[in-house]
Amino acid sequence: MTDQVQTAEPLLEVVDLKKYFPIRRGYFKRVVGYVKAVDNLSFRIMEGETLGLVGESGCGKTTAGRSILRAINPTSGSVFFRDPNLGRVDVAQLDDEKLRVVRRSMRMIFQDPYASLNPRMTLLDIVGAPLRAMNIAHGSELEDRVAEMLRRVGLRPEYMRRYPHAFSGGQRQRIGLARALAPNPKFVVCDEPVSALDVSVQAQILNLMQDLQEDLGLTFLFVAHDLSVVAHISDRVAVMYVGKMVEMAETKELYTNPMHPYTEALMSAIPLPDPRPRQKRVLLTGEVANPANPPSGCYFHPRCSYAVDMCKTREPELEEVKPGHFVKCHRARELSLTGVAEILARQ
Amino acid sequence: MPEQQTTPQNSSVLVEIKDLRTYFYLAEGVVRAVDGVNLNVNRGITLGIVGESGCGKSITAYSILRLVSPPGKIVNGDILFYKIPKDGGSSQAEVINLAKLDPNGETIRHIRGNYISMVFQEPMTAMSPVRTVGQQIMEAIILHQKVDKKTAREMTIDILARVRMSNPERVVDDYPFQLSGGMRQRAVIAMALSCRPHLLIADEPTTALDVTTEAQILKLMRELQDELGMGIMYITHNLGVIAEMAQEVAVMYLGRVVEKTDVRELFFHPLHPYTQALLTSIPQLRDALTRQDKGRLNVIKGMVPDPYARLKGCPFHPRCPVMISGVCDEVEVPEVEAAAGHMVRCHLYTSH
Repeated sequence: MTDQVQTAEPLLEVVDLKKYFPIRRGYFKRVVGYVKAVDNLSFRIMEGETLGLVGESGCGKTTAGRSILRAINPTSGSVFFRDPNLGRVDVAQLDDEKLRVVRRSMRMIFQDPYASLNPRMTLLDIVGAPLRAMNIAHGSELEDRVAEMLRRVGLRPEYMRRYPHAFSGGQRQRIGLARALAPNPKFVVCDEPVSALDVSVQAQILNLMQDLQEDLGLTFLFVAHDLSVVAHISDRVAVMYVGKMVEMAETKELYTNPMHPYTEALMSAIPLPDPRPRQKRVLLTGEVANPANPPSGCYFHPRCSYAVDMCKTREPELEEVKPGHFVKCHRARELSLTGVAEILARQ
Repeated sequence: MPEQQTTPQNSSVLVEIKDLRTYFYLAEGVVRAVDGVNLNVNRGITLGIVGESGCGKSITAYSILRLVSPPGKIVNGDILFYKIPKDGGSSQAEVINLAKLDPNGETIRHIRGNYISMVFQEPMTAMSPVRTVGQQIMEAIILHQKVDKKTAREMTIDILARVRMSNPERVVDDYPFQLSGGMRQRAVIAMALSCRPHLLIADEPTTALDVTTEAQILKLMRELQDELGMGIMYITHNLGVIAEMAQEVAVMYLGRVVEKTDVRELFFHPLHPYTQALLTSIPQLRDALTRQDKGRLNVIKGMVPDPYARLKGCPFHPRCPVMISGVCDEVEVPEVEAAAGHMVRCHLYTSH
């Protein structure tokens, strides 16, 4: 395929990552419980790959992305990253000095292009900030780097002295991309990068991200809730429910052959741009479980139409049911669930 | 007094919008948010309005309810509302031109929330945080129907049950912050439906919700439409939601309706280059899952032009892949009926 050395060793390996937020009550702010935002998350991402991370709001997908980058400190667990300068390191254990080095190679792009850019900084300051902070470039060299980055993301370098307010949502998202990619990273967490954009602009940004990924050899963790967008951009997809991963597989496998009832419900809820009626639709009832006080057994059992007694008492393990297809469900092997295969057969 | 007339018009028409123009007079110039819109909303039917931000879809809705406030102004056009009285005394529609009404007058206040109501995008900002769900729904009931508080409360619980709210007796005394996003949107829908409106305007009601909740709310709205027989004007930028909800669709671009037809025709035989481009620029599950390589999406080149600019000819011409120079950038485009019931506003279908 590529002339790059393909190693079996992943670029990023997350092992048992946990992020618990304490709930404090009373005068002494005593800890009375925890919101388990991310609970025992494990996965690997190979170099050049895009892993989609999906789930409903509050399922912990954003917290997972932020914990991996140490934007917030995880409660426990490891994040092994193959850093080009330091070699394989556990990002979760790094001291501040090494973390600064790693952050050249691990970057993030944010959802809201209006909130994520400082209105009082010019594009030169915004895109140049990581270069300056990491001591990568200064002075005219910095300007050259920023100009090159702006050109890469499809903005004119002359815009460098302008402020973000002069740009539309799509252009702002390009600025965010330029800032993330300025220090020449390996791995980027994309947190809902296109969900605030209009349809035609969304297509432009998605194409740009794919082009940049190919040109620069980037690896993406793509956090999103739009399942059509995720299917378009991801090689593999992981589904989260109340802080835990419930299923992970290659994109086509997950969409056409889901093995977790929650994934099936997600697939069936996708609004398709096709007015013909769909055969079987599973509509979820009830609400997402409260992560501060989750149900017993499998967290999904109160909403699951396939639940049996065992599901109420015992939590299932995440198992590799088929090669590369991981499912956290007691009945994964016996159930036959509906994906979107029907849609693929349509003319 | 507003113009009122009774005409034996086609009884299925609920609202007829003719050449509506709503402009905003700002210091920087005039924004022609709605610039010559013609639309019909029929009884019992869902009309989907689709377009990107700034195309004027929300301002069209606000104009119907006369909620456009200065510096915005309806400068031209008619919005005819065919009002059949709710008491059932007469089935003869009274025609009220909403565009000519005093926006604070008694007539529009009698219609707003009663005959025509609206569901907004953000369920959190659509409700007051300091009053209970029940108080807010009862307000509309007491205002428009001659009932006492106790009956209004019962009606509120009934309508909450109708929007499939679990535990309506408890929710009626809850504050909005105590409800989840999906529940809050149900409460907002309950509020809009509390007076059994003839027209419900839904402005991106599910955009802030998760897919699973969205699917629930869409199903709920379809069921309520069957029960209550209201017309729905469903505004969204999501073509997937349009495919699920609408029977008729209008596509808007820069303040105009550029294509209008039934939903199947729109998805299978789109005529306007903008509609065609929109449909191919969304990620399609089928393409994503069947291709071997990492494919790219089709892109509409350029951006929506500056809102102060006034383009000559067709407003889509700078971005159009099949622009005919000398025609599209010069000659104003009329609405053309390219096929039966299929209106398009494009020079490809005119004789120039």
